[in-house]
Amino acid sequence: MNFETTIGLEVHVELKTKTKMFSPSPVTYGAEPNTSTNVIDFGFPGVLPTVNREAYRLGLMVALALHADVTKYTHFDRKNYFYPDNPKAYQITQAEEPLATNGWIEIEVNDVKKKIGIEEMHVEEDAGKNTHGDDGYSYVDLNRQGTPLIEIVSKPDIASPDEAYAYLEQLRKIIQFTGASDVKMEEGSMRVDTNISISPIGSDKLGQKAELKNLNSFNHVRLGLAYEEKRQAQVVMAGGVVRPETRRFDEASGETILMRVKEGKDDYRYFPEPDLPAFEIEDEWVDQIKSEIPEMPDKRRTRYINELGIPEYDAGVLTQTKEMSDFFEATIADGADAKQASNWLMGEVSGYLNANKLDLLETKLTPINLSTMIKLIQDGTISSKIAKKVFQETIKNGSEPKAWVEQKGLIQESNPEVLTPIITGILDANEQSIIDFKNGKDRAVGYLVGQIMKQTHGQANPKVVNQILMAELNKR
Amino acid sequence: MISKNDVEHVANLARLSLSQDEVDKFTTQLDQIISMEDELSQVETEGVKPTTHITDEINVFREDVPVDDGITRDDLLSNVPETKDGLIKVPSIIDKGETDA
Amino acid sequence: MSNLKKDLETLHQELVAGDIKAADLVEESLDTIEKRDPELNAFITVNDQQALADAVTLDEKGISDADKLAGIPIAYKDNIVTKNLLTTAGSKILSNFQPVYDATVVEKLSQAGMINLGKTNMDEFAMGSSTESSYFQPTHNPWDLDRVPGGSSGGSAAAVAAGEVLAALGSDTGGSIRQPSAYNGIFGIKPTYGRVSRWGLIAFGSSFDQIGVMTKRVKDSAYILSAMAGHDIKDSTSSKQAVPDFTQFIGQDIKGLRVAVPDEFFGEGIDEEVKVQVEKGLKVLTDLGAVIDHVQLPYTRYGVPAYYVLASSEASSNLQRFDGIRYGYRAEDVKNLEDVYVKSRSEGFGPEVKRRIMLGTFALSAGYYDAYFNKAAKVRTLIKQDFERVLADHDLIIGPTSPDTAFKIGTIVSDPLKLYYKDVLTISANMAGVPSASVPAGFDSQGLPVGMQLIAKRFDEGTIFKAAAAFEAATKYYEVEPSFKGGVR
Repeated sequence: MNFETTIGLEVHVELKTKTKMFSPSPVTYGAEPNTSTNVIDFGFPGVLPTVNREAYRLGLMVALALHADVTKYTHFDRKNYFYPDNPKAYQITQAEEPLATNGWIEIEVNDVKKKIGIEEMHVEEDAGKNTHGDDGYSYVDLNRQGTPLIEIVSKPDIASPDEAYAYLEQLRKIIQFTGASDVKMEEGSMRVDTNISISPIGSDKLGQKAELKNLNSFNHVRLGLAYEEKRQAQVVMAGGVVRPETRRFDEASGETILMRVKEGKDDYRYFPEPDLPAFEIEDEWVDQIKSEIPEMPDKRRTRYINELGIPEYDAGVLTQTKEMSDFFEATIADGADAKQASNWLMGEVSGYLNANKLDLLETKLTPINLSTMIKLIQDGTISSKIAKKVFQETIKNGSEPKAWVEQKGLIQESNPEVLTPIITGILDANEQSIIDFKNGKDRAVGYLVGQIMKQTHGQANPKVVNQILMAELNKR
Repeated sequence: MISKNDVEHVANLARLSLSQDEVDKFTTQLDQIISMEDELSQVETEGVKPTTHITDEINVFREDVPVDDGITRDDLLSNVPETKDGLIKVPSIIDKGETDA
Repeated sequence: MSNLKKDLETLHQELVAGDIKAADLVEESLDTIEKRDPELNAFITVNDQQALADAVTLDEKGISDADKLAGIPIAYKDNIVTKNLLTTAGSKILSNFQPVYDATVVEKLSQAGMINLGKTNMDEFAMGSSTESSYFQPTHNPWDLDRVPGGSSGGSAAAVAAGEVLAALGSDTGGSIRQPSAYNGIFGIKPTYGRVSRWGLIAFGSSFDQIGVMTKRVKDSAYILSAMAGHDIKDSTSSKQAVPDFTQFIGQDIKGLRVAVPDEFFGEGIDEEVKVQVEKGLKVLTDLGAVIDHVQLPYTRYGVPAYYVLASSEASSNLQRFDGIRYGYRAEDVKNLEDVYVKSRSEGFGPEVKRRIMLGTFALSAGYYDAYFNKAAKVRTLIKQDFERVLADHDLIIGPTSPDTAFKIGTIVSDPLKLYYKDVLTISANMAGVPSASVPAGFDSQGLPVGMQLIAKRFDEGTIFKAAAAFEAATKYYEVEPSFKGGVR
């Protein structure tokens, strides 16, 4: 029997705000336990929520970047459940009228393009953190409680683990380019829950879903779903039935492991949040946010290829992250040649980042310094060889390239009046090389250039040296 | 008719434990109350929108500016029955469930 | 004459002139509490030391003519949080709770110089109409100690009626200010929903709850409401409407005031003596120039079931935070998290609160939401429209506040339905979010106070103050003092 796979993804993304979704306490990362909290986050008796405008704005921006329809008449709802990291015992979310519906993302798998639909997306508050001790107790830190989240729920359009991976990559990229979130799975600012079912090919009925949680990377999502796809097929082939389960991916074994079998539906007793008045999202606001959305990666990529003459592959790499793309644009905005800038970023810069396991913004390199260096190469002030030294200095220590080469005396020597006496001197001392040259041995030129570079400590402009050397040789 | 099972199910959702006596009493009382509620079905509400907010205000937002209310972590933790290193201490869950975000 | 029997303006002038001191008022208040509260049980917590200290500080600073409320003793219902002062909401589950912040109303009135004498008794989480569901024992009615003071703000009403304080704040979700005001022969106003910030009010039914004032004299309430009303950025449902000085409405004549009297407010189940007193009251208003018109509010009868579904649903969610983890009562002998939740809640909540949590949880649960919660929310729309229709061409709706007068302690508490139907006349104003007050309208044959209810358009508390003050000036029921009869303590 052959099966079709249907995958659903629920992605939670933290929105980058200064304060929480429903309280004015600060959003922090790595603060001392329970210090970024207030009476609202603690769910004290008598407190009331207030809606963070910026969080809603960022939510709308994400929705618009995902081509979704913004819901005009909306309100918040309460989702009721007891848990120590959920101090009010309800989460404020949007259930009945979500922020936006009906978006889509275009993915490409094996050179085939496909649109994946997005059912809906809504803004809500994050829970705190509950850590299980080995002493029979749990420990609750409410710093994360109330952090603004947007939850993005896909339509059942994803048909393979590879498509799920591509969807996540593309989603992450788009959200990152809006600037609404850092979207880093390793820091928890992007979290993925999945569900997967299989059904015999041609069947119009979806199979029983299993949920897959606690996935720490896109790759785990892909591996977990692939395992689950196989496991479910084996269950069905063996005459069994897939149960409604929640499973987790085990990194060590590459298998999915049963967490619990779901009995009945959770009863969250949703109802409209009476403490927050309803919303009538104004068209003008939506239009304004639309106009503020930064250029999306696909658009940038096309522009780099068509307008800047960057090769397709390179343009793709440059638009992989917003940091890289923004850095590239700032570099050329300062006057650096686009192709040179691209080559440096793709080559030396990426190499340095990989070798040192750093993010671009974690280094001391600035677009201005990179463009200054490129301009120094182009106007002949420094050689490409010296440039590599300059690059290491400026990315490590943040030195200004021009000042540094001047201070270190690394400026290239291009003056014929300086270079000619040096060259004639070397020729005088190497009669044999002249004879070899006359006899057609090209190697002799290389030797002579080497001697000249040695004497000038590598600072002679190779182009000028070559011109003078040839002229002098021909004179003899 | 509300059954004892219904009452027990609802009590479980609300994290209340009821003695057998209480279950009996609540079943009778809730049944009476729900019979009263069933009178609502006599009202024609076709096309009527529900009222869930009674305020005249709409589109109420707060600006994204942190506010320091001067209440310290010690204050916030002052009513907590058990704390450890600034964390709220609670007996562990039997069901090692994961959080719902 | 005891100072606390004077009106606020008189006291203020004497304080400014230096004839009395704020500390004297606090002493007098504390003496009265000491004398009366063993019988009344109006207070859960008396703020004796801090109140005296605050008064002394105020006296040292001096009271100027602009500080109308400075030095005036007030009490707060115990569901209004007060920083560092025990706040229980009448429940075991909060019997050890020390708030770390002040409610906005407390902050505003403290700022205005009012002295907080303490926290008043109430039905547990404001669920009840008799103050009998308090974990801290019932409050007794000063007019007859064997009777209830009404509820849920029964402690506040009894404290004011007994002269323990000049004013008290209450909260009103379905009549909890107006009904006890009626039972205690005082004035009490539930303002328009959104008029007063709910920040710091321990929530019961969030779309119904509103904090209001209770005093003997109408103008005293006008002063206090003017000071505590207004927009609060911490409460998104609070209104941005400007707050008038409500005292300006006191003394205005009511010639031509258009009064609607709903037939449904005089129907079955309304005590004959109550009807007679309120009809007498209407006659007084007519004599003062009001024009009476009989109208129908056909959805009134559905107010009770719709209210109990909606308010209980909201309450079931609001009360989930009482879980024994961050504050309040935690059951002993707990082995795991489930025990903390279930035991703390089961031991911490009383039967009435449990009943409402159960009802609300049921009404919101899968499969029942449409039939109960959503249906009731639609009926709420119809009730609201009823009021809008009548108030479109009337200034006030007037009728009795409560179907009866104060009943004997212990006589109704076992029958929840009977108790719920006592709210039939007050619920509608909460359903519609409109302002409503109870003004003393005389006494029944047993000498128990009767209240007359005045309901106005949204944000038109001014008209209520105008009519109530004119009625008060014509009737002077405030001159009759409670007898403190009965009681077996």
